[in-house]
Parts: sequence; structure tokens; C-alpha cells
Amino acid sequence: MEKLKRNSLLGFGGLLVLLFMSPLYIVVTNSFKSQKGIVIDALGLPFGEYFRPENYIQAFEELRFVRSFINSLAITVSATVIIIIFASMAAWMLVRSKSKFSGVLFMVFAAAMLIPFQSVMLPLINLMGKLNMLHPVGLVFMYLGFGSSLSIILYHGFIKGIPKELEEAAVIDGCNTFQVFWYIVFPLLKPITVTVSILNAMWIWNDFLLPQLVINKPEWHTIPLRMFYFFGQYSKKWFLALPGLVIAMIPIVIFYIFMQKHIVKGVTQGSIK
Amino acid sequence: MKHSKMWFGIFVGPILFAFLLVVVIPMILGIYFSFTDWNGINNNANWVGFSNYLEVFRGDEDFLNAFTFTAKFAAVSVVLINAIGFGLALFVTKVEKFSGLLRSVFFMPNLIGGLILGFVWQFIFIKAFGYIGKEMGWEFFQGWLSTTSTGFWGLAILMSWQMSGYMMVIYVAALQNIPESLIEASRIDGANALQRLRHITMPLVAPAFTVGLFLTLSNSFKLYDQNLSLTGGDPAHTTEMLAMNIYNTAFVFNNMGVAQAKAVIFLITVSVITLTQMYYSKKREVEM
Repeated sequence: MEKLKRNSLLGFGGLLVLLFMSPLYIVVTNSFKSQKGIVIDALGLPFGEYFRPENYIQAFEELRFVRSFINSLAITVSATVIIIIFASMAAWMLVRSKSKFSGVLFMVFAAAMLIPFQSVMLPLINLMGKLNMLHPVGLVFMYLGFGSSLSIILYHGFIKGIPKELEEAAVIDGCNTFQVFWYIVFPLLKPITVTVSILNAMWIWNDFLLPQLVINKPEWHTIPLRMFYFFGQYSKKWFLALPGLVIAMIPIVIFYIFMQKHIVKGVTQGSIK
Repeated sequence: MKHSKMWFGIFVGPILFAFLLVVVIPMILGIYFSFTDWNGINNNANWVGFSNYLEVFRGDEDFLNAFTFTAKFAAVSVVLINAIGFGLALFVTKVEKFSGLLRSVFFMPNLIGGLILGFVWQFIFIKAFGYIGKEMGWEFFQGWLSTTSTGFWGLAILMSWQMSGYMMVIYVAALQNIPESLIEASRIDGANALQRLRHITMPLVAPAFTVGLFLTLSNSFKLYDQNLSLTGGDPAHTTEMLAMNIYNTAFVFNNMGVAQAKAVIFLITVSVITLTQMYYSKKREVEM
């Protein structure tokens, strides 16, 4: 009886896995077929006369993937790094200086979580245009602004739990505020830094609307942006569009395989706050 | 320990500057522009009072349609995503083998960007569904995304597939926090599985439901990428959601003042709905 129950649970799990993976399975198998093969038999395996692995070479070139990958990587990494630096510094200062002003400031950062991007995007682009910020560096700056709320909330919550005796000892030993933070406090923040990095890197990597509004030169396109134009161009040519989609997903899947534990932990922590 | 004002400025200043310039000032400007005939380019906008808002409420069928479509979509997807997510969480905490593998599989879609997922599902609905429909003679599977209702359910399926794994992770964390002793005690008292779920598990994971409902509700209301890549608002703007309607009003129809009025209505709607949900969920947490 117990065994039957266990086996049926496992069987049910297997079915669920098939159901969850089937969209990706269908896209991957079809990406190896010629257009005719896709149209004639969308569920068949990519063997025989319709097998066409050259799709990938063609899609890779048409997509100019290396270029958009480097753009995405550079923007994501630099935005995440500056968010980490400035959010951790600000959160620490807001926790340790127990003034009324700090409290109000923290509340303002937290309340801004509710503001949907679409409600500020038009004046933002107008303003950034005037400041001559519609380029990748400007984009990174904007990510600092939009990433500030969640990152400060997470750091704030974590820092409140660290005893400040260590910091006081460091001051007595002659460290200034800057040294106290970078030599003593920041290393202690490592667990939350991992969480904040992952949460920010994930949404920045996948973000589409802000880059679409900010970046106007094709050579600066990020992966989602490039994918948008690529798919528009080849939407009826599935034999190019599908391998393009698979190529665009590969970096995320690899990242997930290696960072799974941290990602799941980060997402859980990020949502509970 | 005291830090001087100078250090406060150095530590808080940079991110505060970015936050003010990117979030706070645009929000204030946005509220102001919504009362003007702003054209999006220069700043010599004239005050026009409530006329942008009146134009939205009186004559803009597409916006009213987007509003009801978004509200219906949010209602359906919030229920679907949380029910599936909670079901998955119960399931993966019950199985003895492969629990980790199951979790990884269910969570993975959440990491892939919405834009790319929309294109993936566009292929599934149009080509794979079409093929199944043709081979099996099932009319129901044919012509997906070409009508408003299949576009609606297409979006709901896509979002359930993408977000239920995310909710699962949150619910798993909550389920694991339930003390084993409570479950044992209820078992000794003779409670069956259903009673345990209703009277022990559900009340104890109530805080996670507050979070789950908040995330799915606000994500559904703000949805843009998946909407754009799956249906693009077709057919004839009937599957257009609020965010896309604002975008199109601004950049396709170049009607900036009206678009910004819509953006302010959007801001108020999202805040009121999510705050109301938080208030009632928190209240229920206590009552349960």
C-alpha cells in the first residue's frame, strides 16, 4: 500500500515534469528542423529529411549574438555592482544613524516599491533625454535608481541584526567611517550581498521595456531587445526564429544550473521582506 | 557611534541622487504633465485641467477595454498561479525522492525573460496546438491567439507556467517552517489529511499567501513583456493590457498628455488594489 502510494506520487511527478518541460522540448526539437518540417509535423523528432542543424549557424549570425550577449553582460554586471556598492553603504548609514530623517528616508525608499515603472516612464525618458543620458551608461544609472528600493530594504533588514560592537572597536583603533564600512561591515554582509546581486541581475538581464526606451542604437542592443527585432523580422521563418530563441535562453539556463541554490534562496528572501 | 553629516552625505548621497532623478522627480513631473497638453518633447506645456482625464474616461474605448481585460486577467491568473503554486509546494514537500529535481524544473521558467517566453508560447499555441488540432480533428486547438478569448487564456496559461514555480518556492519555505510537533499532535488527535490542511497548514502559511497574492496581483497588473510578445494586443487591440495601452498611446498615437493621465490612473489603481489586498490579507492572517 505504502509502496503503491509512493509510486503513484512519483508517476504524477513525472507527468508534471513532462507537462512543464513540453513547451521547451517542442521549441528545441523544432529548432533543428527545416521550415517545411516544422509546418508538416510540429511534434515530430528532428530526424530524416527535415533535419537541419545549420539553422543554428544562420540564426547565430543573423542574431549577432556575441554582440548583444556582451552588451547584456556589461550592463547587467556594472548595474549590479554599483547597486551593491551604493545600496549597502546607504542602508548601513540609515540603520546606524538613528535620526528621524533616516527613518523617513527609509520609508520613502520602501514606499517607492509600489510605483509601477509605466507610470513614470514618459517623464523619465523626457528628463533623461535632456540630460543626455539615453545611452548604456545612462541606463546603468537608471538601474541604480530603480534597483535602490528593494536593495536598500534587504540590506537594511540584514544590517539591523549585526551587533555594532565590532564597528565601535574599529573606531577606537583609529578607522574612519569609510574604513569601518569597507573593512569591517561589508564582509559581514556577504550572504545578503549574494541575494541582492542575484535578484538585481535577474531582472536587469531580462528587462526589456527600459532598454527599449533608452537605447536607440542597434549596436547597443541587449539580448531581449535584439530578440524583439529579430523575431519581428523572422516571425514566419520559424527555422530561424526558434534557434534564435534557444540561443537566447542558453545563458540563463547555464547560470541557473550553477547558481540554483543561491537563486532559490535569494528569491525566497527577496519576496518575504 | 556618531557619523558626521559629511559621511552621511557620502554614503547615502549617490543612491539618493539616482533615486530622486529616476523615480521621484519623474513621478512628480508625470502628475503635472497629466494636467497639460504636453507633447513629450519640450517643456512648454499648457495647463489644461482635467481634460486629459475626461478624454480617457469618456471616449477611449481601448483604454476601458484594456482596463477590464487587465482586471479579469489579474483575477484569473492570481487564482491559477497561487493554486498551482501551492499545489506544487504540497507535492514537492511530500515526495521522498527527486524533490530537488522537481523543484528545479518547476522553478526554471521563472528565470527566462517574459519577452522570450512570449515568443516561445506563440509558437506552441499557433504551431503545436494547431498541429494537434488538425491531426486529432479537435477544433478547440485551432486558431489560438487569433481571437480575444484564446489570447486571454493563452496569456493566463503562459503566466501560470512561468510564475507558479516561483510561488511554489515561497510556499515551500513557509511549509517547512511548520513545526513537526504540530502535525504529530493533530495526527494523534485524529485529524485527517484534509482537516490538517484546513486547520493547521493553511493558517500557518497565511503570511506566505499575503506575499504570494501581492506578487501575483502586482505582476499581473503591470504585465507588459509577455503581452507584447505573445499577442501584441491582437486581434484589434482586444488583448491589450493597461501597460501596453499606455505605451501605445504615447509612442504609437503620440498623445503624451493623455498617455500620462492614463499612467497616473494606472499608478493609483495598482497602489489601491495592492494596498487593499495587503490590508485584508494581513487581517485574515490574524483571524485564521
